[in-house]
Amino acid sequence: MTTSDTATDAQLSALETRFEDTIARSERIEPRDWMPEGYRKTLVRQIAQHAHSEIIGMQPEGNWITRAPSLRRKAILLAKVQDEAGHGLYLYSAAETLGVSRGELTEMLIEGRQKYSSIFNYPTLSYADVGTIGWLVDGAAICNQVPLCRTSYGPYGRAMIRVCKEESFHQRQGYELLMTMMQGTDEQRAMVQESVDRFWWPALMMFGPPDEDSPNTAQSMAWGIKRNTNDDLRQRFVDMSVPQAEALGVTFPDPDLKWNAERGHHDFGEPDWEEFMQVVKGNGPCNAQRIAHRRAAHEDGAWVREAALAFADRQREAARA
Amino acid sequence: MSGQDFTAEGGHGAVPLEGVPAAKAGHGSEREWPLYEVFVRGKRGLNHVHVGSLHAADDEMALRHARDVYTRRNEGVSVWVVQARHVAASSPDEKDPMFAPSGDKVYRHPTFYSIPDDVPHM
Repeated sequence: MTTSDTATDAQLSALETRFEDTIARSERIEPRDWMPEGYRKTLVRQIAQHAHSEIIGMQPEGNWITRAPSLRRKAILLAKVQDEAGHGLYLYSAAETLGVSRGELTEMLIEGRQKYSSIFNYPTLSYADVGTIGWLVDGAAICNQVPLCRTSYGPYGRAMIRVCKEESFHQRQGYELLMTMMQGTDEQRAMVQESVDRFWWPALMMFGPPDEDSPNTAQSMAWGIKRNTNDDLRQRFVDMSVPQAEALGVTFPDPDLKWNAERGHHDFGEPDWEEFMQVVKGNGPCNAQRIAHRRAAHEDGAWVREAALAFADRQREAARA
Repeated sequence: MSGQDFTAEGGHGAVPLEGVPAAKAGHGSEREWPLYEVFVRGKRGLNHVHVGSLHAADDEMALRHARDVYTRRNEGVSVWVVQARHVAASSPDEKDPMFAPSGDKVYRHPTFYSIPDDVPHM
């Protein structure tokens, strides 16, 4: 809104008070409400990069659609990848309520100026990875996303509610896929274990660096954009995953992973944060490939977008004539 | 560690919140498809409810996209789409004037009237 351009100091502080009171009452901020510029920018960054993650996240698994082992698995995988596209679109739509355009966001993604989750810069080397991504990667995403359903910005929270409903299918199909493989041959079991070994640490990194290295977490929590700290969510994920791994019959590649009765939680080792930073900076195994693919899809589709507009223009003119 | 802020709640994993632009200076050269708001009737007997928005070149495409984006799991039996620029809206942030008239008219509510408890069917 333009209010902040012309408002006096007194008006501005009244607006701020109103904004803070709304947050304090755990009510939602809606698009046409006045909001501090820092709040708006933080949300644009977070929602846009969340949307980019969903869109880029189609690639690692999309890679396997044409090589699915059965029609059943192919139909499931197609539905799942289509859901990721849908999640991206819900989120872009939420970001647009903050005054950015879809075209801008897409450009910032393919120019590498905005990021997406590092997890999608790891390759999918076997079909077991489809299962592991569903179980661990989508499982971690659920830990992240469930608290966001209560985030302070209305359109973001509503988008997350839709996403979370669908995410549960993703996790269950992945776990069932792995269970099926574990009931197969020794080679198939080894394939599952190898896949879990590769994805465990990157999955833990999905929660971000330790809390003492996240300087702005406090501000995001005060604004109700963030609901739990990185370390809290990581702990919750580890505690959830251990019994699931036991039921499946696989182990996690962490010698320090053990139950701590005193804390009532599992202790576990430290992820390699240097690797995390390298992947964020663009030096992961698949960064260049993911962006190049997204750019090609966008640029190859330009004539379709233009043609559809030209067709719509002509239809309108014909209707007027 | 960089001391850079990462939020884990960026969906599928931590994303940086610093050093990331929140908008471009100037828009891209491409003309965008118009923005449509989408309303879905969940089942017979319910109102259409706003569910989100999407971009489409024309009304027909907007309806098709709305089906694919917002009703993949039987969420609806009917969809409306309308170009966002055609929606006229009150501003929820403007204090009072729009909704104030209902605030002091308590006699519009049934609880305003006291009636003895033993009067039936009231």
